[in-house]
Amino acid sequence: MAITLNVNGKRRSAPAASPDTPLLYVLRNDMEINSCKYGCGVAQCGACTVLMDGRAIRSCVTPAKSVAGAKITTLEGLGSAEKMGVLQRAFVEEQAAQCGYCISGMIMTAAAFLDTNKNPSEEQIRGALAGNLCRCGTHSRIIKAVQRAAKEMSA
Amino acid sequence: MSAATSLKSKSRRSFLQQSAGLTIGFSLADPLALAQDAAKPAPLPGSLQTNRMLDGWLRINGDGTVTMMTGKIDLGQGITTALAQIVSDELDVDYKRIKIISGDTALTPNEGVTSGSLSIQDSGTALRFASAEARDILMQAASAKLGVPTSEMTVEDGNIVTAAGKRVTYWEMADAGLLKREATAKVKPKPVSAHKLIGKSIQRRDIFPKVTGGVAYVQDIRMPGMLHGRVVRPPSPRAVLLSVDLAKVKKMPGVVAVVRDGSFLAVACTREEQAIAARVALHESAKWQEKGDLPPPGAALFPHMKKQRTNDTVVSQKTDAAAAASAAKVIEASYTKPYLAHASIGPSCAIGQFKDGKMHLWSHTQGVFPLRNDLAKMLRMKETDIVVTHHEGSGCYGQNGADDVTADAALLSRAPELKGRPVKLQWMREDEFGWEPFGSAMAISMKASINAGGKVVDWNHELWSHTHSTRPYDPDGCNLLAAWYIADALKPGPSRNIPQPSGGSDRNSVPLYVFPQQKVTNHLLVDLPLRASALRTLGAYANVFAAESFMDEVATAAGADPMEFRKKHLTDPRALAVIDAVVAKSGYQAGAKSGDGKSGRGFAFAKYKNLAVYVAVVADIEVDRASGEISVKRAWAAADAGLAVSPDGIKNQIEGGLIQSTSWTLHESLPFDEKGVKAHTWAEYPILRFPEVPVVDVTLINRPEERPLGVGEGSQGPMAAAIANAFFHATGRRIRDLPMTPERVKATLA
Ligand code: FES
Ligand code: FES
Repeated sequence: MAITLNVNGKRRSAPAASPDTPLLYVLRNDMEINSCKYGCGVAQCGACTVLMDGRAIRSCVTPAKSVAGAKITTLEGLGSAEKMGVLQRAFVEEQAAQCGYCISGMIMTAAAFLDTNKNPSEEQIRGALAGNLCRCGTHSRIIKAVQRAAKEMSA
Repeated sequence: MSAATSLKSKSRRSFLQQSAGLTIGFSLADPLALAQDAAKPAPLPGSLQTNRMLDGWLRINGDGTVTMMTGKIDLGQGITTALAQIVSDELDVDYKRIKIISGDTALTPNEGVTSGSLSIQDSGTALRFASAEARDILMQAASAKLGVPTSEMTVEDGNIVTAAGKRVTYWEMADAGLLKREATAKVKPKPVSAHKLIGKSIQRRDIFPKVTGGVAYVQDIRMPGMLHGRVVRPPSPRAVLLSVDLAKVKKMPGVVAVVRDGSFLAVACTREEQAIAARVALHESAKWQEKGDLPPPGAALFPHMKKQRTNDTVVSQKTDAAAAASAAKVIEASYTKPYLAHASIGPSCAIGQFKDGKMHLWSHTQGVFPLRNDLAKMLRMKETDIVVTHHEGSGCYGQNGADDVTADAALLSRAPELKGRPVKLQWMREDEFGWEPFGSAMAISMKASINAGGKVVDWNHELWSHTHSTRPYDPDGCNLLAAWYIADALKPGPSRNIPQPSGGSDRNSVPLYVFPQQKVTNHLLVDLPLRASALRTLGAYANVFAAESFMDEVATAAGADPMEFRKKHLTDPRALAVIDAVVAKSGYQAGAKSGDGKSGRGFAFAKYKNLAVYVAVVADIEVDRASGEISVKRAWAAADAGLAVSPDGIKNQIEGGLIQSTSWTLHESLPFDEKGVKAHTWAEYPILRFPEVPVVDVTLINRPEERPLGVGEGSQGPMAAAIANAFFHATGRRIRDLPMTPERVKATLA
């Protein structure tokens, strides 16, 4: 049974996936989307975060079929290397990555958060990212990047 | 981290630079010292010594690009960007023209392991000399071509132009084989004043694909016909596989091959989720005989460690009987640090392909050549039949599962059912927690005497630890996990210590303070029941935590302010300067009392490895006496890393270290019992989260006249001790056992 999803504004189908295949693997393997990452597989780290109708979800524990009617957005949907989105640019400006494996999840979580909070305090940003783990200690730069993006978005 | 190749020229002057958060160092060999007798190859600077051909480092391409090849690799520290900056400056080509190939046994120089902040010293020095020489060779060729002396020519972005306006480009000379020759290192690289890119903080190249969904990691590589693999590890170390129902699993959807070799089990499937399901089924059906021979967990671990077989070394000894005899008071204390996990966010991953008798592996190893050496031993193949290509993974902080997952992928890729198809094997989270080599637990006993004048007259630092380095390429063993479990098993190499001056478990155990009498003893445990290897700072984190906590205890016994007490025992002006800088920035008041039992301020200092960056830290904490939670509110660090060419880059490194150390210090301890490791998910191994991250402030002392010093591992030790000292300042009680969990805080305050 083929799975058809709306990903980054396009209808994409994954003929070989089964309905209970986690969204993460459908995105990464069937649709060749690199950004969302396997980190823990049990919704603990945030590396696999994508947007479902604008809400941040953990694709590692989301069966693909359960999002069939929704709009899925991944990091690729925010901008490309040639034309980066505001958050992506802010992360480059702040050089807010060491290894960067957590960064797609950070940006997607921040994207959903900034959508509902245009003028967040530092504490609110920290709270919004509390469920995302970074092992490299890049936190302070990630906070700065989100602050920068928030400013730019409201400017 | 392992001591990689170091420059051996007799006379040298070194200057190093910081760029994009990296310490980059050059060693300029004295040309006279290089003019050795003709029989022996002349010593060459950096890794040119072991990789002597210019075209092994640089290729000029007809399409207007330059290919730079390095044996060092990116681990999230942006090293290849910095190396490309060097090539750009020395070769006079635009940075954008430079293509980078790093860490490939088929394509790049062999530069051992990327570790110990040595990449710029080794590879940067080589590329710097190679680029300077290549530029000169191209100029000579242009001179011959145009009939104009080189003194009348200039180069700009690969265009060689004469005063009269004649020109020839590097790219026109691409096919002439000009770089097919051995380096001489006789062309002097440019002086610092002529650098355009070196010393600038330019945006790291690797960050663009990372924020836009490019193929940034080995996890992202896809190949035609690629299968997905998983490994099935035993329930505990040294368990033996008694039986497993392979036939049943082979019938599961998508299963292409199940490999059983002794006690090694792995599966390859068409789809990733199928491989995960097959892995679960194999786990369920496998019967193992377990050993249950791990050391006792919890507090019992440390007395147990002290009873084990050890190799003992006196690391440092100074005797002054007269001074020691003036002792008025003796202070003693013991400290412990548990096993820590690297706990990379992305579990380790590798791709293997076995075709026509040749093996190709894509790996985030820190050393493609050392890994290949151990793979050849395990696979019983010739090294020349194996290619290892580096591709970045998640941050590793030392030796995580990178090498081992590559061995797993290699064994799986040989299954005949794969018929040469590549297989990508990623560890599950629980494989990473259960089977990465951990940072060793350590026990440290301190003893000091002070005289009536409140000065230390005798200092003893005695430590017990397992090894901190069991990387591949051991001459007496094979350091790959799977190799110990296959039917034709190999043994790991013996426990070894990295010798001083950088040291392994004894790193930073020798005081920088001036004491008349001192003794430092390292007890290296011979047996390694729970596998351990390099984790960022090696022994320095625990040694600095212990020694700098103890300095506070001794200061208290002497009735002195801890910061002033340290200054009284230091003579190195650079050490004193970072202390003064952090005191000024944080507003540290000598002798200030906390008073409220809840908030406190701690101080600590270290010079990493006694060879690298100087870091002084002040930390402000709050203790919730009811919950036992410590919250690190703010931390100030002052650092002297010599010449600070990219101040922001250094600050970033110091900041990251403060944050990672806060996590280690407050939260981390590997849970295990006699049978096995008990961490499977982040729930059993919690790390620092955003709301707990301290606000960090880094002051940099720039010393342009000094050699730059490695910074990446400098702040972790002092941060741990500053937190412990702040806790004492707040509560009057001392925590000497890490981590400082709520339970421990409550027990200490009870
Ligand atoms: S991989 Fe989904 S939350 Fe960790
Ligand atoms: S940057 Fe490496 S895990 Fe966050």
